[in-house]
Amino acid sequence: MKLNEEYKELAWQGLWKNNPGIVQLLGLCPLLAVTSTLTNAIGLGLATLFVLICSNATVSAIRHWVPKEIRIPIFVLIIASFVTCVQLLMNAYTFGLYQSLGIFLPLIVTNCAIIGRAEAYASKNPIKQATFDGLMMGLGFLLILMLLGTVREILGQGTLFDGANLLLGEWASILRVELFHLDSQFLLAILPPGAFIVMGLFIALKNAIDDRVAATQPKTENTEISRVRVNFDEK
Amino acid sequence: MVLSIKTAVSRNAKILALFAIVCTAIVGLVHSFTKDRIIFQQQQDLLRNLNSIIAEDSYNNVIYQDCLILPGTALETASSQKVYRARNNDEPIAAAITTVAPDGYNGNIELLIAINVNGSVSGVRTLKHQETPGLGDKIEVRKSDWIKSFNTKRLANKNDSRWLVKKDGGMFDQFTGATITPRAVVKAVRSTVIYFNEHQDKLFNSASNCQNKDSVKETF
Repeated sequence: MKLNEEYKELAWQGLWKNNPGIVQLLGLCPLLAVTSTLTNAIGLGLATLFVLICSNATVSAIRHWVPKEIRIPIFVLIIASFVTCVQLLMNAYTFGLYQSLGIFLPLIVTNCAIIGRAEAYASKNPIKQATFDGLMMGLGFLLILMLLGTVREILGQGTLFDGANLLLGEWASILRVELFHLDSQFLLAILPPGAFIVMGLFIALKNAIDDRVAATQPKTENTEISRVRVNFDEK
Repeated sequence: MVLSIKTAVSRNAKILALFAIVCTAIVGLVHSFTKDRIIFQQQQDLLRNLNSIIAEDSYNNVIYQDCLILPGTALETASSQKVYRARNNDEPIAAAITTVAPDGYNGNIELLIAINVNGSVSGVRTLKHQETPGLGDKIEVRKSDWIKSFNTKRLANKNDSRWLVKKDGGMFDQFTGATITPRAVVKAVRSTVIYFNEHQDKLFNSASNCQNKDSVKETF
């Protein structure tokens, strides 16, 4: 029963309360840079998800053998290896997408969300929970990437799933939807400033929902000074 | 148990070294596993580009192996250029030359330019660029047909004034809001055509010299 609770908490933290994209604000660089189309967003999101699950599982598996003085370099080694493997595999099997994600794949290494989870959660918890945490955090990140990608692609190009064939193979060309035709593209949405603005709107929306929910619930405790915590399992 | 500093350091060093070795081994393994596949993909990509600008049935040699590396000085670009030569039963048909337009709005624009033996342009494709999305990126064939406006064009002489964008009095359209990008592309194509016209014999008669790097295993 208690284990179930823990998984529920992990899912809640990863997907909403402590979402790496819009609450922890980790990994902003890839988040803002590649979300100009939905396809790119899904591609990078899946790559990050994969790396996050693998690194969390590995870090958790070796947590008893790693002395705490050298844990950070070892985490970095592990994450970098996984990212390099993902990069090689994508280059080999999804060449078109590899070309359009280009420089942002190696940047997964520097995505603080990954080393943050390794340090804050995976290095202290059993493999199963750590893997699940990786999955939930990765899904939370993927979700935000997809939302951003959707909004920006619709605003900027008037399409959805443009270039899906790069990710999923030739058949996916039929997924492309042209919602409306733009003679000239809405540049702001495609360029990084547009990403910041849409991102800001998402954060505002999330806060508004949280406030609404908090308002409907009876006040039980006085609120302490709240801050975003990467490390939610320590009090 | 409290370890002395010396034993702690040497123990940690060993653990770190072990991890480094294991991680490197894994990356090495994946690399050797994907190496051929990656070369194959690059080859396919190149071939797709080549076939989109040189009719596939007009030649019968293995075009990406019939390749010549030009020194960077030939086209006045910083890096060396490659020339892929299409032949039909050893008769020269066309050559595809990679070149760089150094004066794009945002850095280099890499181009692949195919020219028929009679001097007319067979086709141009943009391989790589960082031009502004929505404005300068119309040089990509999937965004706009503009790049196809070079097809079948010839250069009458070295100072052919039609080989400019319309704003400068030539025959090529510029884009709304972006003149620098098409200007750079037109200039690069033009100088490549000039080079081709002047060195055509040499281009087709020199022996291949970049074959090894581009060879691909037959297993694919």
